[in-house]
Amino acid sequence: METADTSPGARPLPLSAAPPRAGLHRFANPGRFLQLSGRVLPWLAAAAVLTLGVGLAWGLFLSPPDWQQGETVRILYVHVPMAWLAMGGYAGLAVGSILSLIWRHPLADLACRELSPVGAMATALCLATGSLWGKPMWGTWWVWDARLTSVLVLFFLWLGHAALVRAFDDTERGARMGAILALIGAVNVPIVKFSVDWWNTLHQPASVTRLGAPGLHVDILYPLLVCGLGFSLAFAALVLARTRAAVMERRIRALQLAAARRADIA
Amino acid sequence: MSLHWIHVTVSYALVVGGFLILAIATTFRHAAAKRRLAQLDPRAARRGQDRAQDTA
Repeated sequence: METADTSPGARPLPLSAAPPRAGLHRFANPGRFLQLSGRVLPWLAAAAVLTLGVGLAWGLFLSPPDWQQGETVRILYVHVPMAWLAMGGYAGLAVGSILSLIWRHPLADLACRELSPVGAMATALCLATGSLWGKPMWGTWWVWDARLTSVLVLFFLWLGHAALVRAFDDTERGARMGAILALIGAVNVPIVKFSVDWWNTLHQPASVTRLGAPGLHVDILYPLLVCGLGFSLAFAALVLARTRAAVMERRIRALQLAAARRADIA
Repeated sequence: MSLHWIHVTVSYALVVGGFLILAIATTFRHAAAKRRLAQLDPRAARRGQDRAQDTA
């Protein structure tokens, strides 16, 4: 079978749409992935734009101000989805790393590589919007409490992963190192989640995902859920588009190498 | 505009701007890869177009 990548250590990526195989390896074929993702991506992007348009307008103009925090509570509609994406995205990175390490799924390597810059951006935005919320509410931009510090560690893990997978000439070795870092760093995700319960923090405890009834009024909860869905769709569309571009770039490199070899022989 | 609204506006601008910049960069990268691939492997690009026409 023809293969896509000839860079040192890279796993062979089959190019043509081979007959379907069992399990997840069925989707390891880049030809099939490009075909499927090409159909899904426009719908995903359109759904993200629509949902975000509705959610952000709802949060910014239609939802009521908080009786205590006033208008500042509107930062919630962008800050909380960024926190969900930072943690949920990292859980996705850990799952992709398991697929890459155990089943050697070649597309999982590429997806993880393209996921980490988007995850790092979401975490940075979570920290920045949190800081902008903290100043008027707590009187300080930053405090070294357990929640804020563990999110900062999560940001460094995202950055570390993005840098590590790009630090090796041997792409497979880079992916393996990145997967190990992602799995070790996954320990931090429950620490972020439960830090507000385990330690005494300035950051408030969970209000949406706490057991029993959510601690938010529906006038605030519904636009928050719409914004959460919209940002999740946008996040997924970005990662999918970046993975598609990465698959095509690998194919370009393989074709350029093949052309150079042919020129050498001639 | 009150200080509270300034903080809200900056937060929204940062988040929407961040996603927008990444989306634009990804669109350019995707289009460039597609164009280069079509130059290097015109047969594959034609196969893709045929398939798209069949689907339509």
